[in-house]
Amino acid sequence: MADQLSQVFAALADPIRRDMVARLSTGDATVGELAQPYRVTLQAVSKHLRVLEDAGLVSRSRDAQRRPVHLQAEVFDLMEKWIERYRREAEKRFRRLDAVLEEMKQTESAPVDRHPRGAVS
Amino acid sequence: MTSSTTHATAIGNEATIEAHPTVPMIVITREFDATPAQLRRAHTDPDLFARWCGPDDLTMRIEHFDARRGGAFRYVHSRHGEEYAFYGSFHDIADHRLVQTFTFEGLPDQVALETLTFTDLGDGRTRLRAQSLCDSFEVRDQWLRSGMEVGVNQGYAKLERMLADGAV
Repeated sequence: MADQLSQVFAALADPIRRDMVARLSTGDATVGELAQPYRVTLQAVSKHLRVLEDAGLVSRSRDAQRRPVHLQAEVFDLMEKWIERYRREAEKRFRRLDAVLEEMKQTESAPVDRHPRGAVS
Repeated sequence: MTSSTTHATAIGNEATIEAHPTVPMIVITREFDATPAQLRRAHTDPDLFARWCGPDDLTMRIEHFDARRGGAFRYVHSRHGEEYAFYGSFHDIADHRLVQTFTFEGLPDQVALETLTFTDLGDGRTRLRAQSLCDSFEVRDQWLRSGMEVGVNQGYAKLERMLADGAV
């Protein structure tokens, strides 16, 4: 899984491939359709597609004649998990910061003989 | 004494993250039961900063930390004899924002521009918005990957361990 995610991120590091993925999120498209907005050859687009395919981001049906490119949405679920893990690490850090801030408030209010009730009103 | 309040708040306060689709940027937003001034102090006073920045299983050593415009910082996290150093410069320190550069010495060619804003929400609450603008999507995604506990292939495996704390 980690290997696949590395490939996914590497595949998405390229702006054209990111753009292709964004367009495929609205529906399947053929290689020709995908190539249209760029000033690159069909061959170059096919190369980009191969990178996306190897990363498991897109698939192409073998039978249909147009062989439309299809976005594999489940890969993005994996990415979301990844980002969620990063968020949770940040949250852990912020909980430590919560504790530090709480202590700061108590230190600041120490000379005053009152209960540090905080924001409770 | 205020533990139940703090606990309830912590759940409601959960950090949110945004990995921008067209700009190599990570934005983390979180609300705190503190004033902007307190939050800023927790980011600029080295003794306070050291207490929350490093994760529990790492030791944090601050080499220098001169939190004023044009000042610089360098700190080192260590675990099991391995050291990971970070450095940068404070570009601007105002009441409601902190701008700094950030480099992980394991990737010395990369520098992120970090803008932290402290928005006063009233009633002693403040919203922190921490924006990290990276050099490229590749680098940004390396940072995102660092949240993983499992090592990824080859060269990334070490970086993985280094950044497991998710330092932004």
